Amino acid sequence: MRIEIRWHGRGGQGAVTASEIVAAAAILEGKNALAFPEFGAERRGAPVRAYTRITDEPEIARTPVVSPDIVIILDPSLITPAYVEGLKENGCVIANAPEDPKDLAKRLNLKEGVRVATVDATSIALKWLRAPIVNTAILGALIKATGIVKLDTVVNLVKERFPGKIGEANASAVKDAYENTKVIDLE
Amino acid sequence: MASLEVAKEVKKPKPLSTNSAVAYAVKDLDVDVVSAYPITPQTTVVEKIADFIANGELDAEMIHVESEHSALSAAIGAAATGARTFTATASQGLALMHEILHIASGMRMPIVMSVAMRALSAPISIWNDHSDVMNARDAGWIIYFVSSAQEAYDTIIQAFKLAEDPDILLPVMVAYDGYVMSHTIEPVITEDRDEVLKFAPKRPFPYRLDPDNPVTMGPIADPNWFYEIKYQQVMAMERALEKAREIDEEFRKTFGRGYGIYECFMCDDAEALIVAKTSYAATLKTILPKMWEKGYKVGLLRLRLYRPFPVEDFKNILDKVDAVLVIDRAISYGAPLQGPLAMEFSSLIVKEDLKLNLTSVVAGIGQRRMIDSDFENLVKLAWESRTKKYDRTIFYGVRL
Repeated sequence: MRIEIRWHGRGGQGAVTASEIVAAAAILEGKNALAFPEFGAERRGAPVRAYTRITDEPEIARTPVVSPDIVIILDPSLITPAYVEGLKENGCVIANAPEDPKDLAKRLNLKEGVRVATVDATSIALKWLRAPIVNTAILGALIKATGIVKLDTVVNLVKERFPGKIGEANASAVKDAYENTKVIDLE
Repeated sequence: MASLEVAKEVKKPKPLSTNSAVAYAVKDLDVDVVSAYPITPQTTVVEKIADFIANGELDAEMIHVESEHSALSAAIGAAATGARTFTATASQGLALMHEILHIASGMRMPIVMSVAMRALSAPISIWNDHSDVMNARDAGWIIYFVSSAQEAYDTIIQAFKLAEDPDILLPVMVAYDGYVMSHTIEPVITEDRDEVLKFAPKRPFPYRLDPDNPVTMGPIADPNWFYEIKYQQVMAMERALEKAREIDEEFRKTFGRGYGIYECFMCDDAEALIVAKTSYAATLKTILPKMWEKGYKVGLLRLRLYRPFPVEDFKNILDKVDAVLVIDRAISYGAPLQGPLAMEFSSLIVKEDLKLNLTSVVAGIGQRRMIDSDFENLVKLAWESRTKKYDRTIFYGVRL
């Protein structure tokens, strides 16, 4: 097993933290995993990318992910075909978008065999956190669409990462998104 | 009747960055003094240590200083009193320390320093290459390059045992890639402090500063004595090679993990070798098996202990292949080969009268992107270099 995830977001949305939580969950579930950001512009609002690799093998590549199994887009303004470049056939796209996955697939010219998941992560984040920090909501969508890590593991990690009330609110965002993510397989 | 045997607990890995793994090692070694100045991408090492001190997990003195020059100066002062002393830096910080690097090794201070390697300005770059450490290689420090967060944790422990050995008494640098490793989350097994301290008990500097027994440290040495004192450093560095090997073997016996002082991956039956270190070596271990299936019999010689240089080991390894390609992540401007590590392998080949082709490749300067296909290209180049000679350093990936 070797799963490669590429995260696209904007500075301040928490893409790097989300990439780390998924790797941490995989490690706690007994797998080998890496998460690393592509640092460039550490400014609020600038496009950010991060990577997570999960494998059963002892060796793991430390190169940027160019042909991802999963692409996750945290910011609606980044939903363009350029951001799904290199996606594997039978890959998966998860996006923060209120629309139906079918419409998203059309917008991104996605081909058959691809799994598409959408969730209105911005509304969920605003509801629970009162801030458009969508990373924990998108984690719920990832778990729903792929099951690569367990919901419980992620919820516990989120509570650990953000102690107290903020942790509880973020955990609610994960679960809310998990319940409300729409997933389709393109035929 | 219940068995008296207690099953040894299987330790579960924690998700940690290399920077955090280094901080955990410092905690588990019960370091007494940490003196550092924050610089990207090293900062979170010292932040994590500060957390450990603040929450009572580590009883250490954290000295806040105004520059890296002062950070290492304070570390020397602390080590001279017999304290187990640690510092961390990167890039411009290591460059600013340069004067004091020589003083630490000349005074034989057993300081351990982690370096999250980063390019040197100008132009300004916060990104990863190896210019900072290669610029400091002749400062008399023992230097390790590590390839994972786990290896960083383990090597910091080995480094203190080596530095504090009365036959060695030299400062040690443990270097890894800035960002690509420093900020990467990966699995790390940490050990119990008691076990770590049993493996690496504190052996403070034997001639320590003590008001009741005053000594002078770091005085002037006139031409009649300076040379001999410097030669003692030469001898200590030579002794460090076998000592480092022994310590790693003992570490493997104690904790079940070991690395040797270098690593040869898929070297059996290889006809060419690539010399690489840190993250590039880790990536090549995922690339080479696929390339062997396509007929490229190329092995990896992963550099781990760089100073002292394992000459005899490398001689025997190089003797079995037709070509070696050395990847450098720093530039020696105007040198016969602009890859500094390639020059060292070149001198080894001449000195030992070996017959093989050497190719010097510079790559990843200022963290220029290298993806899997780039590493495949370098494997192909290493393979071709068995029958083709490249006289000049290849600057891979540069736009001309």
